[in-house]
Amino acid sequence: MVSVSQSSSNEPEVRRIAGCDVEISEAGSGRPILFLHPMIGLQGAEPVLAALAAHGRVVAPSHPGFGRSARPAGCDTVDDLAFFYLDLMDELDLREAVLVGCDIGGWIAAEIATRSTARIAGMVLSGATGIRVGDRDTQDLADIFALPKAEVDRLSFHDPAHAALDIAAMSDAEVTALARNREATALYGWSPYMHNPKLRQRLHRIAVPALVLWGAQDGLAPPAYGRAYAEALPKGRYDAIENSGHYPHIEQPAAFAARIGAFLEATGLSGRATTSNVRSRG
Amino acid sequence: MRVYHFSEQPYPDAWLPGQDLRVTLANKHCDPQVAADLYHRYQDEWMLADELGFDIMVNEHHATSTCLSSVAAVTLSILARITKKARLLALGYPLANRTDPLRAAEELAMIDVISRGRLDMGFVKGVPYEVAAADSHPTGMMDRLWEAHDFILKAMTHQDGPFAWRSDNYEYRAVNIWPRPWQQPHPPVWITATSLPSAAPIAQRGHVLATFLGGYKTRELFDAYRTAYRETWQRDAAPDRLAYLALMAVADTEEEALIRAEKVAGYLRTIARVPEPYRNPPGYGSVADNVRALRAGGQRPGMVLPSGRTIQPITAPCTDLIEAGIMFAGTPDQVHDQIVRFNAAMGGIGNLIVMGQGGPLSHEETVDSLTLFGTKVLPRLKTLDATVATAVA
Repeated sequence: MVSVSQSSSNEPEVRRIAGCDVEISEAGSGRPILFLHPMIGLQGAEPVLAALAAHGRVVAPSHPGFGRSARPAGCDTVDDLAFFYLDLMDELDLREAVLVGCDIGGWIAAEIATRSTARIAGMVLSGATGIRVGDRDTQDLADIFALPKAEVDRLSFHDPAHAALDIAAMSDAEVTALARNREATALYGWSPYMHNPKLRQRLHRIAVPALVLWGAQDGLAPPAYGRAYAEALPKGRYDAIENSGHYPHIEQPAAFAARIGAFLEATGLSGRATTSNVRSRG
Repeated sequence: MRVYHFSEQPYPDAWLPGQDLRVTLANKHCDPQVAADLYHRYQDEWMLADELGFDIMVNEHHATSTCLSSVAAVTLSILARITKKARLLALGYPLANRTDPLRAAEELAMIDVISRGRLDMGFVKGVPYEVAAADSHPTGMMDRLWEAHDFILKAMTHQDGPFAWRSDNYEYRAVNIWPRPWQQPHPPVWITATSLPSAAPIAQRGHVLATFLGGYKTRELFDAYRTAYRETWQRDAAPDRLAYLALMAVADTEEEALIRAEKVAGYLRTIARVPEPYRNPPGYGSVADNVRALRAGGQRPGMVLPSGRTIQPITAPCTDLIEAGIMFAGTPDQVHDQIVRFNAAMGGIGNLIVMGQGGPLSHEETVDSLTLFGTKVLPRLKTLDATVATAVA
């Protein structure tokens, strides 16, 4: 499906990018901010996407297999997703972009940046999965596939009200997205569980400034895991957002966007990118 | 009609009240001496079944007190030597939950040879709640089931030295199994199905379709198989291409039979005692199935009887289970009549699998029930195919 709409609104549309029909929304202008969503998809992300649009041109796709995005044959690992996004950045001609990745989106961002930072000027990892820190008897991350839903919800949010979903009020498309998100999460993250054993030893390649922005009450990926991530990144800095669990972009969207704004300011990445961005649609 | 005797080899002493019985039940509740006694008695019951003219079905489950058979190949290996005539049906080998189909091919070939050609190979993908126990992947399971199936049949029929196999799922450098199977070109293949779209791939390969506890609506599934079989092979599927599993209890009186039936139904009563995270791993069911499940919010749909009444098999009394065709129980004559009626309603099935032991049904009760069935029901069923074959569409 190809859309020629030039709307800059937040409404996601499905566009063919890098060989995949991708659900994608865009808002704002200036420095590209590629938002890479967590395992629960773009659910609850509207406020933070709007807030981030004050800092640049926010591009927010659903990963292949998530939401309404197709999944091309052969795309079944986070490695494949990283290469998909390298292609997407080429095709959209994103330059000096800032990657903002939450949970599995953070894992994808790190995988992308270990391969190439040619189009990346900075990176924000929030509740990012993807590395192994502990020994064989220590679980780094709570295993969402081995816990009751109520417990996953409790570990995911500081305020459990954010976990409530009114299935009856949701459209079939929304419920289908829920089911697809869950299946895609398992496809990419079942085994090895939510990580690539090779990723941590490759993080030294990421020379761009990186903000590791964690929910202070994250029960799925504890703050110590976030600190280990920051330590493994050459220009990594750890920061925490209070009153937030695993998804600070949902629980504290204003603080989340403000911390990113400050990070861009401090690293000289605020304002427009040095090279104008050419929108490439369809 | 052939009749297979099946037991899950349960350990009912560890069916602890209020606890989930699968995946998480701590094995401190397993007394190895009790387990040894149970294994021996279930094997004795299969030896009796062999003498009575039954065939034998074995299964496997993992990390549970509902089924002590965690490795079907072990039970089958023993039965291959200590039984004489019975077909030995593995139903099934959970191929999508196993990582190594080469090892499965070697096990099955050995069992077929030791039994001198009595093995039936039932291939299943594996139950959802054992994806974690097996540490397999919950997505792509049907794909792995069929690829493992293809691989095992090639390994069993390729007689000219090593071959290589390389795919996204399995990679082998030099496949050359010793022994090769006794039955040629390979032991019969059975595959389980519950949904209508699952029937055609089984029929197109000419394999046996087996289905469990579906009641009278199973006719739709069997007809889907028959239609696909006729389209593929330009002839009608013989009754021996179809198999149905039901619970079974026989006694001299109906009253005693129903007491035994409720013990066997312990299998059904405990089937849902699965910890929540393991009931429906993501990717095991289709997206459409999961959308329906999310909308239903965990409500079970129940089973509609021929009378139009809806029951919940897990809790329904045995009289309802009999009416549903999930259970055959009563005196020998009653059980015979129930099976004849069900068989006719199905259009003729060549293989009946009975759970002749389930739950806390004791050794003495099992021996009596099997003996009554074996001496007073089974001889009359042996000729049942011929009487219904003409009724097959």
